[in-house]
Amino acid sequence: MAERRIGEVILDVRNISLRFGGVKALTDISFDVREHEIRAIIGPNGAGKSSMLNCINGVYQPQEGSITFRGKTFRHMNSRQVAEMGVARTFQNLALFKGMSVLDNIMTGRNLKMKTNLFQQALRIGAAEREEVEHRAFVERIIDFLEIQAYRKTPVGRLPYGLQKRVDLGRALAMEPQVLLLDEPMAGMNVEEKQDMCRFILDVNDEFGTTIVLIEHDMGVVMDISDRVVVLDYGRKIGDGAPDEVRANPDVISAYLGTSH
Amino acid sequence: MESTFPRLLLEHAKVRPDAPALREKVYGIWQTLTWAELAALVKRIAGGLAEAGLARGEHVVVVGENRPRLYAAMLAAQSLGGIPVPLYQDAAAAEFVFPLQNAEVRFAIVEDQEQVDKMLEVRAQCPLLARIWYDDPRGLRNYSEPGLASLDSLIEAGTAYERSHPGFFDAALAAGSPHDVAAMFFTSGTTGNPKGVVHTHFTLLDRAAAGARFDKLTDKEEVLAYLPPAWIGQNIFSYAQWLATGYVVNCPESASTVMIDLKEIGPTYYFAPPRVFEGLLTSVMIRMEDAGAVKRWLFRRFMDVARRVGPAIMDGKPVSWADRLRYRLGDVFVYGPLRNTLGFSRVRVAYTAGEAIGPDLFTFYRSIGINLKQLYGSTETAVFVCLQPDHEAKADTVGIPIEGVEIKLEESGEILVRSPGLLREYYKNPQATAEVKTGDGWYRTGDAGFLDAGGHLKIIDRAKDVGRMADGSMFAPKYIENKLKFFPHIKEAVAFGDRRDKVCAFINIDFEAVGNWAEKRNLPYAGYTDLSQKPEVYELVRECVEKVNADLAADEKLAGSQISRFLILHKELDADDGELTRTRKVRRGHIGDKYQVLVDALYGGKSKQFIETQVKFEDGRTGTVSATLKIVDVKTFPVLRRAA
Repeated sequence: MAERRIGEVILDVRNISLRFGGVKALTDISFDVREHEIRAIIGPNGAGKSSMLNCINGVYQPQEGSITFRGKTFRHMNSRQVAEMGVARTFQNLALFKGMSVLDNIMTGRNLKMKTNLFQQALRIGAAEREEVEHRAFVERIIDFLEIQAYRKTPVGRLPYGLQKRVDLGRALAMEPQVLLLDEPMAGMNVEEKQDMCRFILDVNDEFGTTIVLIEHDMGVVMDISDRVVVLDYGRKIGDGAPDEVRANPDVISAYLGTSH
Repeated sequence: MESTFPRLLLEHAKVRPDAPALREKVYGIWQTLTWAELAALVKRIAGGLAEAGLARGEHVVVVGENRPRLYAAMLAAQSLGGIPVPLYQDAAAAEFVFPLQNAEVRFAIVEDQEQVDKMLEVRAQCPLLARIWYDDPRGLRNYSEPGLASLDSLIEAGTAYERSHPGFFDAALAAGSPHDVAAMFFTSGTTGNPKGVVHTHFTLLDRAAAGARFDKLTDKEEVLAYLPPAWIGQNIFSYAQWLATGYVVNCPESASTVMIDLKEIGPTYYFAPPRVFEGLLTSVMIRMEDAGAVKRWLFRRFMDVARRVGPAIMDGKPVSWADRLRYRLGDVFVYGPLRNTLGFSRVRVAYTAGEAIGPDLFTFYRSIGINLKQLYGSTETAVFVCLQPDHEAKADTVGIPIEGVEIKLEESGEILVRSPGLLREYYKNPQATAEVKTGDGWYRTGDAGFLDAGGHLKIIDRAKDVGRMADGSMFAPKYIENKLKFFPHIKEAVAFGDRRDKVCAFINIDFEAVGNWAEKRNLPYAGYTDLSQKPEVYELVRECVEKVNADLAADEKLAGSQISRFLILHKELDADDGELTRTRKVRRGHIGDKYQVLVDALYGGKSKQFIETQVKFEDGRTGTVSATLKIVDVKTFPVLRRAA
């Protein structure tokens, strides 16, 4: 990969443990994410990948541990605060408004950036109109970037799955995030759709310098595009490092392939 | 027309400075470039090219979709006496090697990263290629190859050059002559290397203007440029005629949005190959099937009216007032909305060319009030040779020779053309030039055809494929095959008859169409091979073949090639098995050899024949398919002498 300038640690996860009653979803997980890097979290089904993402995202409150974002340490955060700090995410099983157009769906991603209130927007008074034009222009850039111009006015529910995933990514990008959390962006896609998605992830990272944390199931894909990989298994971290190191790690191999004892 | 492309540009900039010249949809909004703005842009790019050292008569490669700045780049090159060489944007990198070497190209102006990558890939083989400029910088930030720069930087350099060399542009224009070479188009030869077709400003503009006069085009036309600019058809419609008449050319947002953009622009002058018209019709039909019962009823009812009287109304023939009223109603309820959905509300003139168009398809568009016509021409003739006049459009001819064109038919049936728009030569290929251009200025088209009673040219086949029957009458296999293929149930056909006493044919059924047909009749079948050999299917195909025979009988010259016997093949002809070319043309010779036993059976009078064939699956495995094929005789008709 070209000399992408990877910066300082932007997100530091320390000793996170998460329990649901007696079930230990995550046990003492620590890793960091550097600015501008593509960081993957992999692991077999039920390893705790999505739980990890939900902790960073503020959806789950871990019982132990801390998360440091840009030098500020948090123990409890809600998802709105996280979003306001510049962390956006996509969802494993798409959470789009099926009946709304692609354009409107991505526009919802601008919600946090809108300064005018509902009243102004409804009556088109004050800065509302000018603001809408600015946001629309930004969204159009995303539509162009993701090459979905042909579907601008199409209701999302009518699009094939791979394109819906792209719209989901578009909505996250509309927040102009510093850190983008992608929850299985390639799940359920065919090979061609996966390649497209890989290209967009690399492009987002390259073009906007966005730091990307992605969860993925498909080892092959992850190894190709990530700078560093964390491997989880049964809620524990079993590996962390560059793709090649991780691939050679015996614990990772046994978690994925099983070993004979 | 005694002018050059850049001189016409300046004229438009003077006469209609604020009128739109080009529009492009960017970030969802149509952006306009006026003639004055375009002229200013062209001057700057020309300045940049001058500073880079572009010499008169030097080739500049331009690769990309229809983009305003690429059009400006072509004009800029022409301003300095340079020769733009547009190449196909979807070609593989290796295909660029020959044109770049052949035309000794130093400069390339390309659209985006994709094209830059291809240029860089072949750079080692094309050491002359010194500078590459790109229009869209996306993804190119980290490229540091020598000589690679953005079009913006070229424009910047040109602005500085303009300041330090005032008057360079006008001087360069004054030095150019209409008989200088204006552009070179590489034709994709099916064998060997492509050939560079050399055209001057005069040849292109003369034909562009003749075509514009024929259809009374004005500066008010709207055109959508969506086919590859490297293809002379697009180049004539959106570049030569654009400058010759001063109309507006619209560039779609992306390849996938063409249909949406078409609807938004509503062009008045439109061009598309038959496959585009077919695709549009299919999408309409599919949507109609999903429509409500009332809409479907209205559609069916009024389409019947359209089929019956639409073409006659289009041709200006007398129609009873009751039918006129019905058609008028249909226009309100069905045809008008349909034209709008297709993006043809404002179309005054629409052309199709490139391959034969099915009569049903052709009539459909004419019957709903779209003035769809056919034309005949090629890269070598700067397109316009024959055009169909309004009110005289027929599905099986390509129109009358237009002003300046002379047509001569060889003994073999080959069509020879003489017009002011003929190519000057094939670049660096005097042998190929001599093969197609005769000493007294005729161009051999390689097509076989004849003029019908109304003076319309009828193309029947490539001249080299036209054979003779044993009795000496003309045998044009593709003409017959096309007629068969126009039936929706027939996917491919292969006709045999050269040096034989009768014509026989292989038929491939269209699995989807015939499958549906069988399902509706509760006809069970196990698969393609089984379906193809059903007696009911043979009966269905026999009716089609008989209709073709009846059609052929109406034509004195072709009546001898009526099909006497046919069989339905047990497998689909496939490019992977070498039976079709990659562009889905049947390889008649190869098929004849491969299925020799079947040909022998057809001519040997057998009523069935066993055949075993090896097939290649898409994953590379091979297998065999075997079947006993039935062979059927078909009724032929006596020649109908034409009244004329």
